[in-house]
Amino acid sequence: MSMAVPADDDVLVRIDNLVKYFPVRSVGLIRRTVGHVQAVDDVSLSIPRGKTLGLVGETGSGKSTLARCVAGLIPVTSGRVTFDGRDITNVSRRAMRPVRREIQMIFQDPYSSLNPRRRVGAIIGEPFAIHKTASGSARKRAVQELMERVGLNPEHYNRFPAEFSGGQRQRIGVARALALRPKLIICDEPVSALDVSIQAQVLNLLADLQRDYGLTYLFIAHDLEVVRHVSDAVAVMYLGRICELGPKEQVYRSPRHPYTNALLSAAPAADPDAAAGRQRIILAGDVPSPIDPPSGCRFHPRCPKAQPLCSETEPQLEVQAGDAATHVTACHFPVMAGENLASAVRSELS
Amino acid sequence: MSISGIEVGGREAVAAEAVLDVTKVEGRSQWQLTWRRLRQDKVAIASLIIILVMVVLAIAAPAFVAITHHPPNVTYPNQGETAAGNPVPPGTAGFWLGTDGSGRDLFIRILYGARISLFVGFVTTALGAIAGVTIGLIAGYFGGFIDTILARFTDAVLAFPYVVLALALAVVLGPSLIVIIGVISFFSWAAIARIVRGQTLSIKEKEYIEAARSLGAGPFRIMFLDILPNLLAPVLVIATLYIPTAVVFEATLSYLGLGILPPTASWGNILADAQNFYQVAWWYVVFPAAALLITTLAFNLLGDGIRDAMDPRTERIFAAGRARGRRRRGKRQVLADSAAEVSHVMPSVPPAAGS
Repeated sequence: MSMAVPADDDVLVRIDNLVKYFPVRSVGLIRRTVGHVQAVDDVSLSIPRGKTLGLVGETGSGKSTLARCVAGLIPVTSGRVTFDGRDITNVSRRAMRPVRREIQMIFQDPYSSLNPRRRVGAIIGEPFAIHKTASGSARKRAVQELMERVGLNPEHYNRFPAEFSGGQRQRIGVARALALRPKLIICDEPVSALDVSIQAQVLNLLADLQRDYGLTYLFIAHDLEVVRHVSDAVAVMYLGRICELGPKEQVYRSPRHPYTNALLSAAPAADPDAAAGRQRIILAGDVPSPIDPPSGCRFHPRCPKAQPLCSETEPQLEVQAGDAATHVTACHFPVMAGENLASAVRSELS
Repeated sequence: MSISGIEVGGREAVAAEAVLDVTKVEGRSQWQLTWRRLRQDKVAIASLIIILVMVVLAIAAPAFVAITHHPPNVTYPNQGETAAGNPVPPGTAGFWLGTDGSGRDLFIRILYGARISLFVGFVTTALGAIAGVTIGLIAGYFGGFIDTILARFTDAVLAFPYVVLALALAVVLGPSLIVIIGVISFFSWAAIARIVRGQTLSIKEKEYIEAARSLGAGPFRIMFLDILPNLLAPVLVIATLYIPTAVVFEATLSYLGLGILPPTASWGNILADAQNFYQVAWWYVVFPAAALLITTLAFNLLGDGIRDAMDPRTERIFAAGRARGRRRRGKRQVLADSAAEVSHVMPSVPPAAGS
């Protein structure tokens, strides 16, 4: 598996220099554009077939916007999305139609992602109805097979979403995404609205489905443990940019970007003894506004290692000394093994 | 062996029962729940029955003609008018509700007036609802320029002094059923469109709409299959409340001589003619006016009932009502108990007086 320089036929999804700005308009009769939310700014990624790319970052870092651009739900400002060798950037709905069958999404909120007025059978059967692949009793049979596959009782075909628990509802969402046998499933925080015990069940279901159907996942989450559990590779986003990207083991074992270090140190540990011995890096301040992001490295106002250079020149994603060729970090002063960032922050604060 | 066999059999029976239960449990749709709540609302059910009776009477009007042998537009100068040429009172010479100013059977004419009134009410509301829902959905879902145009147009229609415009149109185009239906429909879609647009704006941001788009659903599929079912409740309520408005509007136009023209019967033109006779024939005014009042009131009360039944928050009102009923029953019980106690303490009072 190679993330930085992938061989093209192994790659299912390729994102090149993707940019998505949302215009900010003034309020009033004449709505002039007064600025842009730079939700995603110059992101390049690729996801190999049958693998899972985990995308982590805080709320507002642009993860979901990136996912919606890949799914073709919102137009892209610039850049290119290539799926299975086809350029699908800003293509018409008609041209997108065959691709829709191959890219599906699982949504974050199992309560708002299912239409409360439609029965479960109609919700899971909708992909068949839209793409006219099955109708009547064949559709019903297909839906019931899907329900069984994701661990739902097929007899509940005629129920409404309100009659299911959160975990069951998310299974309905998974069944709907699975209906057309897609190649890529974009999971937009699929478990963050669920109880921890239910999270594991849904994650295991996703893993089983990946194994059985050779699915590729773009998995978005803010829970680092969840991402570690499911991903082959991990990308860390901050304010619309990717600051670190690499194989899961390397990013988790030796994070090079100070932001990745801070995120990992803030994650709650299952073992309290281990947590006690750990140094937490507490970042100062809030995430800056994506309408007016900081110059240079976007993380520099909050970075414990920031130098004058950081506010002047934007760091590029590069392989840092001592890292594998697949592990890239956008930082002028990457964190070394054994370096204690927490003390750097503390001395700065005092 | 036999014991274990029984046990297994028993367990199987239990399992079979469980499976049966599962298949029996079917989700109650919104409509089933609404109907269950509506059934407890006595006023709404009474209104519904009145409306149904009115509809049946209107449909069966020719049957009453067959019974009374009094077609609606035939005058009876001999039996149907007094010597002075005034209407005869109810019950005279087979005229159940008396006659009108021309000696026609008032009951039959009220029934034929109901046909016109209800037809106009239902048709204009249906046309208005279809147009309003379509325009509201398109404006709300597509947004942008289309929304600006449609929303401003809606506001303009709502801002019109519609009675004045309706009168002007009726004068210019000449009074007829088609003109009445057109005019009333034109003024009933706008309020529905505005409500539908507002609801669409909020529903289209829901994740299940995005899910439908990611499945490849087109805009019209999303509008009519995903958004519309969520809007039917408010639309049904407004439509029920619009029917009486349309009925009254039709009566107003006919009363002013700009709607249904005599000799065709309409509640409005019956009332207009009745004005000339109110001093000598009270029935000529009271019965058509009562028909109009009862019909519009029933529709309004039914609309209120449907709105309460569809809004799950009103469950609390019902619950409070039930609790009040329980408390009252409870108090009565306490009173009875205390009465029994009193009678027990004072044996001179007969126990029957306490109860």
